[in-house]
Amino acid sequence: MGSVTATVAPPISRNIIPWFRTFAAITGSGFRRYSTYRQATLAGAFTNTVFGFLRCYVLLAVASGAGGAAAGYSPAQLATFVWVGQGLLAVVLLWRWTELADRIRTGEVASDLLRPVHPVVSYLATDLGRAGYAVLTRFLPPVLTGLLFFDLALPTRWQTVPLFALSVGLAVVICFGCRFLVNATAYWLHDARGAMILWTLGSGVLAGLYFPLRFLPDWIAVPLWLATPFPSLLQTPLDVLVERDGAGIQAGMVAVQLLWVGLVLLTCHLVQRRAEHRLVVQGG
Amino acid sequence: MTATPPDAPVIETRDLRKEFVVRVRAGRFRRAKRVVGAVDGIDLTVRRGEMVGYIGPNGAGKSTTLKMLTGVLSPSSGRVRVCGLAPVAQRTRLALRIGVVFGQRSQLWWDLPLRDSFDLLRHVYRVPAAEHAARLRRCRAELDLDGFLDVPVRQLSLGQRMRGELTAALLHGPEVLFLDEPTIGLDVVSRQAVRGFLAELGAAGDTTLVLTTHDLADIERLCRRLVVIDHGRVVHDGSIEALHTRYGSRRQVVADLDEPLAEPPVLPGAPLLRTEADGRRLVFACESATASDVVAGLARVAALRDIAIVEPDIEEVVARLYRTPTPVDSGAVQECSITSTAKVPGASAS
Repeated sequence: MGSVTATVAPPISRNIIPWFRTFAAITGSGFRRYSTYRQATLAGAFTNTVFGFLRCYVLLAVASGAGGAAAGYSPAQLATFVWVGQGLLAVVLLWRWTELADRIRTGEVASDLLRPVHPVVSYLATDLGRAGYAVLTRFLPPVLTGLLFFDLALPTRWQTVPLFALSVGLAVVICFGCRFLVNATAYWLHDARGAMILWTLGSGVLAGLYFPLRFLPDWIAVPLWLATPFPSLLQTPLDVLVERDGAGIQAGMVAVQLLWVGLVLLTCHLVQRRAEHRLVVQGG
Repeated sequence: MTATPPDAPVIETRDLRKEFVVRVRAGRFRRAKRVVGAVDGIDLTVRRGEMVGYIGPNGAGKSTTLKMLTGVLSPSSGRVRVCGLAPVAQRTRLALRIGVVFGQRSQLWWDLPLRDSFDLLRHVYRVPAAEHAARLRRCRAELDLDGFLDVPVRQLSLGQRMRGELTAALLHGPEVLFLDEPTIGLDVVSRQAVRGFLAELGAAGDTTLVLTTHDLADIERLCRRLVVIDHGRVVHDGSIEALHTRYGSRRQVVADLDEPLAEPPVLPGAPLLRTEADGRRLVFACESATASDVVAGLARVAALRDIAIVEPDIEEVVARLYRTPTPVDSGAVQECSITSTAKVPGASAS
């Protein structure tokens, strides 16, 4: 008679709780890592604030030229859009993340494979820590400046603030995923600079940084929203906060973000698997 | 997590091979594929607590082997097991049981102080706090870390960083520690500190050490077993003494005489290698005779002014080994078949 060996999976709590502890520890380390660059933080916050004035005056001029409101935004909503957007820019970190590409180029990425944590999880946790630090140091200065010098639109619905917080969190994860994918092109191209230039150009225009995407006709804006992750990076959290639309569309836009989180993280996972396969078979 | 049984091999490879496909220009627009064999059939068995020196000239396949053992590179063929696991397929599980130190790459977080890096590693490897604290305490004492625990890694000197890397690789209590040139670029003091620490670690007998290096003093100080590879094949696997015996490197007795002898003395089992200083200095090789036999024999025939016994030089032996094409099996030199694919033995792997 043969024998049957059964493997019983450990209770979920035994795996999940340590997993969250590890995740939280890596997130904490991300916060500490970025908090060491204080001068860069100061310079960045200053630059964002200066550009805030420029963008705000331009958009207010557009609104005034259009007779008070532009693309459905009142002047106060536009000012909020600009100042909160200037703060969010560093929180979602649209640009200037080359850590993974650098590690691929130097071969240090092999060390990531020698740790018992999945590289996508590890980089994501670190990025959430970085975003947490950015909320405190890069988000607040421009927003407070905006509040001081301009008439900003404050939320009127009870759900706006929690929805905005959720939307920002989702935007950080989507943006991380996109940056990860752009960086990961270095596995195949050896140098991700070309992909990064395209990303910088594309994300600035299509995420709503240079102008609110609502300035575009619907036949461009709607497909852009649904078929690309770009509006979910900046435009969605800002539209949620300024209550540009009714409560239904406001929540619907966050739901679209949720879909994009799933899709982008899945793509990261698949790309990482392909990259590891390539690395492991062909050598670093 | 089950530990490897005491008698089971911690590392076992059978006919381990790695070939890389390289594209080379074969014309204005044509690219030809070449298959480059980096590791060409390595059989290795390492048991618990062994300290193995893994050496070979540049491009011999040392790092490629190490990468296959740690699971960051999959073999083209052959079998490999480390701690009973298949390194690539079970890499995450293996990562919990091995430690890796690359002398030329850092595994620490560039912007964090060592203290924070070590704390993070505790969570990454899920080590109980008490175990972690005990191991860290030991490393702090033996590697003298206290002076720079709060300095960000980017500001550490190479010697300090390497001590940090060693600690980081050991905090989860690995069964096997892989060290790829851990003393490269270190000053004498740091090198001694690292060697002393590894020697104590090896003496404790719990951790298996596999060390690649170009500094043969590391091997002499640390490893009883020496595996030499060249062109992707093992050309020596045994003790350093066995290597000396095999390559005929012997102790030498250098005798300074008061006056040159008319006839060079004939000593059984100790041929005269050379005569220097107008016959006042004689150099004998100890083959079957011991150094004291040579000294006693000489004292009978000549007035001795001074005697020196010179130990065989491992660097010289290894240099000879590198220069000799695969002495174990001269038929093992790979053939180069250049059709659409060519096999180039021993080309650098990474």
